[in-house]
Amino acid sequence: MTIIDARPFLAVGVPLLAVVFILLSRRHPNIREAWSAIASVAMFGIILSMGQAVLDGTIYEYTLFMLTDTIGFTLRVEPAGYIFAVLASLLWMPINFYSIGYMRCHNEPEQTGYFAAFAVCMSSVMGIAMASNLLTFFVFYELLTLASYPLVLHKRNEEALTASRKYLSYTLVSGQLFLAGAVGVYCISGTMDFRAGGFLTTDMAPMWVLQLLFVIMILAGSVKAAVMPLHGWLPAAMVAPTPVSALLHAVAVVKTGVFAVLRIIGFVFGPELLGQIGTADILAWFAATTILVSSFIALRQDNLKRRLAFSTIGQLSYIVLGAALLSPLSIKGAYLHLVAHAVMKITLFMCAGCIIVRTHLNNISEMDGIGRKMPITMACFTIASLGIAGMPFLVGFISKWNLALGALQAGKPLYILVWVASALLAVGYLMPVCRMAFFKPEPANDPRQYGSISYNMLIPICFTTFLAVLFGICPEFFPPNFYELATEAANQITAGWGGVR
Amino acid sequence: MMLFEQSPLFIVLLPITAALLCPLLSKLKKKLGSYVVMAALFGAMLSAFTTLSRTLNDGGSKVHYWMGNWPAPIGIEFVVDPLNSLVLCMITVLAFLISIYSIPFLKDEEWLVYGGYYSLYALLTVGLCGMVATGDLFNMYVFLEVMSIAGYGLIALGGKKSMLAAFRYLLIGTIGASFYLLGTAFIYSLTGSLNMADIAVRITPFYSTPLFAMACACFLVAFGIKMALFPLHGWQPDSYTFAHPGAIGFIAGCMSKVPAYAMIRVFFYVFGVNNPVVEHLLNVLGVLGIAGILIGSVMALAQYDFRRMLAYSSVAQLGYIAIGLAMGNMYGFIGAVLHLINHAFMKACLFLVVGGLTYRYGEINLYRLGGLNNKMPISTIAIILAVLSMVGIPPTAGFFSKWYLLLGAYEGAQYIYIVVLVVSSLLNALYFFRIIEQMFVEKEATLTEIHKPETKFGLPVTMIIPIATTGLSILILGIYSTDIVSRIIKLGLPEVFVR
Repeated sequence: MTIIDARPFLAVGVPLLAVVFILLSRRHPNIREAWSAIASVAMFGIILSMGQAVLDGTIYEYTLFMLTDTIGFTLRVEPAGYIFAVLASLLWMPINFYSIGYMRCHNEPEQTGYFAAFAVCMSSVMGIAMASNLLTFFVFYELLTLASYPLVLHKRNEEALTASRKYLSYTLVSGQLFLAGAVGVYCISGTMDFRAGGFLTTDMAPMWVLQLLFVIMILAGSVKAAVMPLHGWLPAAMVAPTPVSALLHAVAVVKTGVFAVLRIIGFVFGPELLGQIGTADILAWFAATTILVSSFIALRQDNLKRRLAFSTIGQLSYIVLGAALLSPLSIKGAYLHLVAHAVMKITLFMCAGCIIVRTHLNNISEMDGIGRKMPITMACFTIASLGIAGMPFLVGFISKWNLALGALQAGKPLYILVWVASALLAVGYLMPVCRMAFFKPEPANDPRQYGSISYNMLIPICFTTFLAVLFGICPEFFPPNFYELATEAANQITAGWGGVR
Repeated sequence: MMLFEQSPLFIVLLPITAALLCPLLSKLKKKLGSYVVMAALFGAMLSAFTTLSRTLNDGGSKVHYWMGNWPAPIGIEFVVDPLNSLVLCMITVLAFLISIYSIPFLKDEEWLVYGGYYSLYALLTVGLCGMVATGDLFNMYVFLEVMSIAGYGLIALGGKKSMLAAFRYLLIGTIGASFYLLGTAFIYSLTGSLNMADIAVRITPFYSTPLFAMACACFLVAFGIKMALFPLHGWQPDSYTFAHPGAIGFIAGCMSKVPAYAMIRVFFYVFGVNNPVVEHLLNVLGVLGIAGILIGSVMALAQYDFRRMLAYSSVAQLGYIAIGLAMGNMYGFIGAVLHLINHAFMKACLFLVVGGLTYRYGEINLYRLGGLNNKMPISTIAIILAVLSMVGIPPTAGFFSKWYLLLGAYEGAQYIYIVVLVVSSLLNALYFFRIIEQMFVEKEATLTEIHKPETKFGLPVTMIIPIATTGLSILILGIYSTDIVSRIIKLGLPEVFVR
């Protein structure tokens, strides 16, 4: 049942409206940040209000205006997009409070611009999650690029400048490729509307055209999803303030890349067609290579944020690999891992931010014994690390379980080895941090200057850690019933394969 | 009701009357002349919109206006279809806005310069509007010359170095005009007519004659020079750099677009594209367009003067129009026309801001823009909008023209254009984001103020309003592009494309 309802646009509009108020109240930090907080809560409320209905099969749709004669500027809420929308709006709330604490404790400049750009980013993420066709998707995709650019540039120094240039060149190229591919799709099919299971068929164009379009579009998505060798921008972008790394470069921006890949595979080409044209295998190889190579690189990084960045690159490719395997369970696993990785990685990044603010340390080798000074932070860090490694009863396990089953279902059990290897490597690059923090003695005459952190920073960390445990123990926890949503999304995409439960 | 019938004429008649009266009135009272010109341009703008609504009300029919009521093939006529009137609206809107914008630049000038400037300005509008509205090849030549001469004058008013630039343009421009005249003569000798509609009927038997090919080549060179199509763009960077800063927005916005539109008229509506000569010629246009896009973009990257960079970017953007036409299908054509209009507004907006910088600081070094966002906030927003549009980011106008160009390229299976469009967008991003970086990242540049900021936005109100309006129009043109395409442009398509 399709209902015409403006709520999707409301969710996109709320942060944009907040931007205006944020800019207007730039002289009053408390009021300014209150607007940001109100917007995040309001947005989550709006998204949540559609929850039960979406699970029951209702589709909300609204067209604001026509972009071209046949393609509307349309948002539509169905399970696959709803997962991402809930996830991003849910995590915006803790990160917002965390930002307030981080930016103030760290005395960052230009905080007004920071909060404004952040709100625009969230607005475009909502748009991406709910876009109903390729062109609307592209509009928000580009908006996100532009809105996150000033955040990377935030420090306004030489390093930030280089990083932001790199960031912009990668993401703009990806946007242009996406557009070129989208126009191609439009020209052979005459439509751009996402349809679960894909709207392209083999009789629309010769095989090589379909293959070429797939490669172009997947390339575009892979840049933002940081699939190697297109990952260069992500470690560079770590120069941004840590909340940005936490939400945008672990959740929002990179996840839009992954989400784009999922959309392209599930809603443009469809698993059935991809099974025939065969290019998805190439993507799977690239993703598998990325998982392993990035984990090895992560082992050798001393800068904590960079190590987390490479871990992100690997984890993102889990999702890409899941999508590329095309089986119902692997796609379900991909959607679940989208959620799982977001919750875990945001915790890790927020912890890294706490360490930076409290001890001004960036390098892992200097972090001996900090667990004694900041036990809560490091405890959360440890839990999230175990989650990344895929420990049962934490959120990362369920998604990996499904991914592994999906590989079996697709008849490609070798990929399970990749995941196992990667889990071991994750233990290898994250656990030493915890070990050093807790079990190594503090250096004798401690040269470190301890700053102070506020509860604004600790509470969000505890909250996301709690989420990681909660989703791990009972994945069907409502309100955001991610498990059922992912199942539903995978069912819709792979309807031709028969349902899964 | 009579007045309503005459609307196509008023678009040209009002400015020309004002132009002739202006020096005289300025002698009486310095500012009187300029007010009359502004009023006339406003009237012209209203007439243009009236004409547009007239053509649309009739379901896209052509409005013929016979001068002195002499019937068409003998007398001179204005022919206005939806497409023409759209371009007329664009010209008159920009003309009116920028006439207000130039006031602060002239306030210290003598009456002669004051009156002369507005007189030339009104004449430029006359020339541009006339070229679009006329239905007669020779009449178009007259308006082309009116436009050019007014243009030379306005460029020469810019100061010391502008003389040379204007003279150079005069020489090259005259060659262009001569080619136009030559082409017209060839066509006249073939068909014995100068009326466009008449030629379109009579030319068909001569498609394979060498003289027709010669004429086409002459027209291509003529329009190529006037629209600064690569490699005939040599006059443009200097002219744009040194022209009078008050008028440059209008010159850069319209003076290269209108010849491009005239070329569309001659090739698509008079000669028709379904003959081998014009088909070959469009291929040439496509190659030149590609070369222009690439070379213009690269040259723009190498500049440190903001105006020069914009000039080279214009060469590149004209290439978009050229390749759109070269695709020879409906989408390409729509893309070209849409880009013509969008680009006029984008470039005008950018040059207005640049003019504002000239006005306040007298210096426009790309690498000395630091802190502009605090000094001139509205201008900064306008620049950002224009830049996004140049790069082609939705929902700004520039994206939509690129969208139709991409569709056209796919439809014609001319994949090279897709590559060029993508590469060009990225090059645009490269040289335009440099500006944004400069504004926000660099330390505040120490610039000497020539004029004090009169408002808290850093510029006089008469300059802020046009800057804000053109900036906003980029968004509006983007959001309403569907309406513009389906309700206006599609009604005025050449017959080959109508399905």
